[in-house]
Amino acid sequence: MSQRAAPAAPAALAAQMTHGPTGLKAWLTTTDHKRIGLLYFWTAFGFFLIGGIEALMIRAQLAQPNGHLVSAETYNQLFTMHGTTMVFLALMPLSAAFFNYIIPLQIGARDVAFPRLNAFSYWVFLSGGLFLNASWLTGPLFHAGMLNVAPDGGWFGYANLTERQFSPGPNIDFWLLGLQILGIASLAAGFNFIVTILNLRAPGMKMMRLPTFTWMTLVTQFLIITAFPVITVALVFVMFDRFFGTHFYVHQAGATPLLWQHLFWLFGHPEVYILILPAMGIVSEVLPTFSASRCSATRWWCTRASSSGSWAGACGATTCSPWAWGRSPTRCSPRPPCSSRCRPV
Amino acid sequence: MLRSRWWLTSAALALLGCGGPFPQSTLAPRSDFARATDVLFRDIFWWAAAVFVVVELLLIIALVRFRHREGRAAPRPAHGHTILEIAWTLAPAVILVFVAVPTVRTIFTTAGEDIPPNALKVEVVGHQWWWEYKYPDLGIATANEMHVPVGKPVQVAITSADVIHSFWAPVLGGKRDAIPGHVNYIAFSADSVGDYSGQCAEFCGASHGNMRLRVLVDRDSAFQAWVDEQKGGPATPPKASLAEQGKAVFSRSACIGCHTIQGVSPGIIGPNLTHVGSRITVAAGLFPNDSAHLASWIADAPSLKPGVLMTRMKPPLTDADIAAVVAYLQSLK
Repeated sequence: MSQRAAPAAPAALAAQMTHGPTGLKAWLTTTDHKRIGLLYFWTAFGFFLIGGIEALMIRAQLAQPNGHLVSAETYNQLFTMHGTTMVFLALMPLSAAFFNYIIPLQIGARDVAFPRLNAFSYWVFLSGGLFLNASWLTGPLFHAGMLNVAPDGGWFGYANLTERQFSPGPNIDFWLLGLQILGIASLAAGFNFIVTILNLRAPGMKMMRLPTFTWMTLVTQFLIITAFPVITVALVFVMFDRFFGTHFYVHQAGATPLLWQHLFWLFGHPEVYILILPAMGIVSEVLPTFSASRCSATRWWCTRASSSGSWAGACGATTCSPWAWGRSPTRCSPRPPCSSRCRPV
Repeated sequence: MLRSRWWLTSAALALLGCGGPFPQSTLAPRSDFARATDVLFRDIFWWAAAVFVVVELLLIIALVRFRHREGRAAPRPAHGHTILEIAWTLAPAVILVFVAVPTVRTIFTTAGEDIPPNALKVEVVGHQWWWEYKYPDLGIATANEMHVPVGKPVQVAITSADVIHSFWAPVLGGKRDAIPGHVNYIAFSADSVGDYSGQCAEFCGASHGNMRLRVLVDRDSAFQAWVDEQKGGPATPPKASLAEQGKAVFSRSACIGCHTIQGVSPGIIGPNLTHVGSRITVAAGLFPNDSAHLASWIADAPSLKPGVLMTRMKPPLTDADIAAVVAYLQSLK
């Protein structure tokens, strides 16, 4: 094709851009970083409202002793879905909205490195969110005797409560599969933004000249690509236990349910920084701008190193030895450090 | 006169509302363990309060001094003040040392493993959704209500029969997880006689919120009397009494599959009922142990405690049968 061989004239390019699909179709097929950013923003806001309604129902149930607004089972589904929604469907995609909209502008790129992968991330995220929330309405499909079969194991989903023996319904399955789908979206976006920030900077935009928000985004993406594989594996273990009869978290088979807590918090603590670093990045841009002053402290990279280590802090009540706390998680075997102190009943 | 008394009573009641009772307050320690964590909490609270005051003070000063005013040029921002930067890096580090050292020390002192040889040993097994207590040295098995003597060291060994629970009696000590296949310990000696309530502190399924517990701290003599009572076999109901009928109903019904009554039934799924009449609550601390609640519990436990393993009986017991079983259970002091 002759059009491909020769670069299009600026006028032709402009015509191409203005004659693309319009209206709804434009939004459904877009690979433009700003539009995807807006999609992330409004979708996150929608899920944020759902999570807020769940929170209101929790508080209404607790407004007086022995409240009967919802049943015990539904209440457990409400707080599980509230936590899951706020972390994975509201806060993380809200950050993604800012990454998408702002990062290419801050580094002087025309778009992200892989625009179609970027659109893929958004649509996979949306499907994951819809899949999770579909559990509110699909009880009859599973002959559950109730409308709602939403996840009910807490947003932290501690094994072995999530095993088939203790949670026989489809609730936990929705949670496992939903989180896996969302994980795919986060991982794809993570690699996309790392490549974008490392490779698509404008000439002269050296790493140490990057705006703080871009730096925070880069650190966050590295956290995502190191933390999410851990939860992926942990969820696959639960899925194998539930569907194929393995015993990754079954103590009668010589395993320990504590393995879940170690894997989950090896993800969960970096996740805290995945949620807060972009917001801190935004504050570090807004504050100096409006006070017409430069930021003094740029020692924030320490948080990346410490966040994986703080996994150990979650072990307080399970009585891991405090000596395990200083240990680097990478040196920790899958067997939790406390197992040496186990005694049979 | 009457009116002033009414006012006084109302005022007293209102004040009572402010002052509690908060039976599960962590701020009212009643044991050495609880006091250790309370001291730590208060220490860290004052560090945090000091940091809060300093930060807010600086913020307010900056807001007032450097606010925009007509006709005044913007203040020149200071940058690169080395001494200041070193100071605000070192200060948090020093504060963290003062927080971390007592914290780690408290973790070690409350580990519950080094105990005096005369300590009373209690084994706790968490179940969905009740607590099983065993006193290995005394040969006692009971549920949901733990009795311990005042002022004596007690070691509690905690594990679980199904999912992860967490044993927590706030005024006597911190939470400790009950994990299947592990044993965790707490040790405490209670300061004062009382009936202290607690509950499961790790989400464990449908009735997690209904998994309560009590620790009854007794005077030595009362504790000894309780031990003597619990060590004996179950009471034998008098001939031709309602309780005796109840024993017959119990023995031929599904009850025996899950509950132990020494010499009557061997079930181990549910709580041991050998001395159930001596407890002050039923259904893991949910209801007072009286005829009405016992009867409705036997008739339809799932409606009182969602998800409970004790299902409605098929065919259901007649009201007369239930009344007889209630009389029998109440006779098991």
